[in-house]
Amino acid sequence: MPRTLAEKILAAHSVRPLGEGEAAPGRIVHCRLDLVLANDITAPLAIKAFRAMGASRVFNRTKIVLTMDHFVPQKDVDSAEQVLVSKSFAAEQDLPHYFEGGDAGVEHALLPELGLVAPGDLVVGADSHTCTYGGIGAFATGMGSTDVAAAMALGECWFKIPETIRVTMSGDLPPHMGGKDLILWTIGRLGVDGARYKALEFDGPAIGALEVEGRLTMANMAIEAGGKAGLFAADEATLAYCRRAGRPDSVPLAADPGAVYERTLSLDVSGLEPLVACPHLPENVRPVSDVAGLPVQQVVIGSCTNGRISDMRAAASILAGRKVKKGLRCIVLPATPGVWKQALREGLVEILLEAGCVLGPPSCGPCLGGHLGILAGGERALATTNRNFKGRMGSPASEIYLANPYVAAATAVAGEIASPAAL
Amino acid sequence: MRYTGKVLCLGDHIDTDAIIPACRLVTSDPAELGAHCMEGLDPSWAAKVVPGKTLLVAGRNFGCGSSREHAPMAILGAGLEVVIAHSFARIFYRNAFNTGLLPLEVGDGWTEFSEGDEAEVDMEAGMIVNTTTGGQIPFPPLPADMRAILEAGGLAPFVQKRLKANAV
Repeated sequence: MPRTLAEKILAAHSVRPLGEGEAAPGRIVHCRLDLVLANDITAPLAIKAFRAMGASRVFNRTKIVLTMDHFVPQKDVDSAEQVLVSKSFAAEQDLPHYFEGGDAGVEHALLPELGLVAPGDLVVGADSHTCTYGGIGAFATGMGSTDVAAAMALGECWFKIPETIRVTMSGDLPPHMGGKDLILWTIGRLGVDGARYKALEFDGPAIGALEVEGRLTMANMAIEAGGKAGLFAADEATLAYCRRAGRPDSVPLAADPGAVYERTLSLDVSGLEPLVACPHLPENVRPVSDVAGLPVQQVVIGSCTNGRISDMRAAASILAGRKVKKGLRCIVLPATPGVWKQALREGLVEILLEAGCVLGPPSCGPCLGGHLGILAGGERALATTNRNFKGRMGSPASEIYLANPYVAAATAVAGEIASPAAL
Repeated sequence: MRYTGKVLCLGDHIDTDAIIPACRLVTSDPAELGAHCMEGLDPSWAAKVVPGKTLLVAGRNFGCGSSREHAPMAILGAGLEVVIAHSFARIFYRNAFNTGLLPLEVGDGWTEFSEGDEAEVDMEAGMIVNTTTGGQIPFPPLPADMRAILEAGGLAPFVQKRLKANAV
């Protein structure tokens, strides 16, 4: 029977071989895992659960990744203690993939960049944006700390095979747009629970033409439609990306022709203009021109959604020779040390600093209201991040608008929500 | 197993930042998390919960957002044992069982409740009764293995029990 990407990857990891028809949606399969991930917020709880389960060793020390990225550099004593718990566990278990300090970056930008995930992999992580790796054709999904503790102990996990919603995109993407706009369109169409318990699979000529970083951005926000995974075929562009990341062993992967989808959404991207998600849900999507002119006090460019080198290039292309509006803070957090160094080499850091941006370390920081850019009551932010829930970036009386890095940079210059085309 | 209490109502898409804001994620102590439960919506909300005598009723997609297990832990820490909702976000649903919080999916049945109603959940009968209005909302009985996880107090004690049993 022809299979979707989700069915294919889960079936390939099943502990026992699946017969014809056994990889169908709704079936529960027990699978071997290629990678298990946690961060400085979720690892301490997972470690606690791991010990409570009576486990003593992780199933495979090379397949556990602990990335200290949310409240780092450690923002207070409590968060420093949480890192210490994770660090001691990594030392005790002799984990080679423990990242902290100068090694660390925002997890979902870091792992693909370091080649720790590859097409066809099955990954669980104690972070909801684990679905990012679908951008390179891995089935990756977020779970809680206790599930991840069991995964660390056993190297296995149960999954219900999800139905898949197919999203087919054609046409040429207009300038100043990227994966962010395509995923915001999808979330706007599906709603924040439209893909609940389901996988999303993206294809079509416009997806083939999208660079891999843009696909990672899209997969990252599958969870904002309630999705279990956001999947892309591994094509030539994926394999080239993986080779650069040190994974020449990667092989192409695609859904079978004739696979059965729950439904199909289609979009010709040619007629789109940049999109913005308005408070307080990612489904409140409108064209940027609808909300242009709203005063903004903070712009954040970074995160596991849009903190990669292509995002830094996009922001710098708008900010070159321009200035951030007086009274607005534009915070740029390149998501990994690798992105930082590349931005420096390409002269982007200088462009951003000359424009008046605040450049900070790789950190999730402001995206979840942790630190490095918190909103006061009554303040409004436009961010390249993934969630605009009430109070997410600080005061419950603040507002967050989500957009791509071109729009974010244009907004920083204008001091109000602005389309790059209008500058 | 029965749960009874006064109903507290919330709406659709109650997200994990509303349930427990990220700035509170520097601890995994349920009591401390519980004191800040729903702080993202209303800083005084947790004080409305009478431990063991309150039932939470909510709309669609309860618990959407982050994978933080601190969310069900905060609800438990505030003194709630059950959340009745139209539907749950996927990660939250798993986390609820794993931490020992009972999530009951009732679809449109959630509209049978108003804040302050008295209600009773009968697990064996698979029925929630709004004792104030007399409304009855059935739910499919939980599979035995999911009940076993809840009865053990969550996935960690459940796995520990299993591991011990295997070792004997």
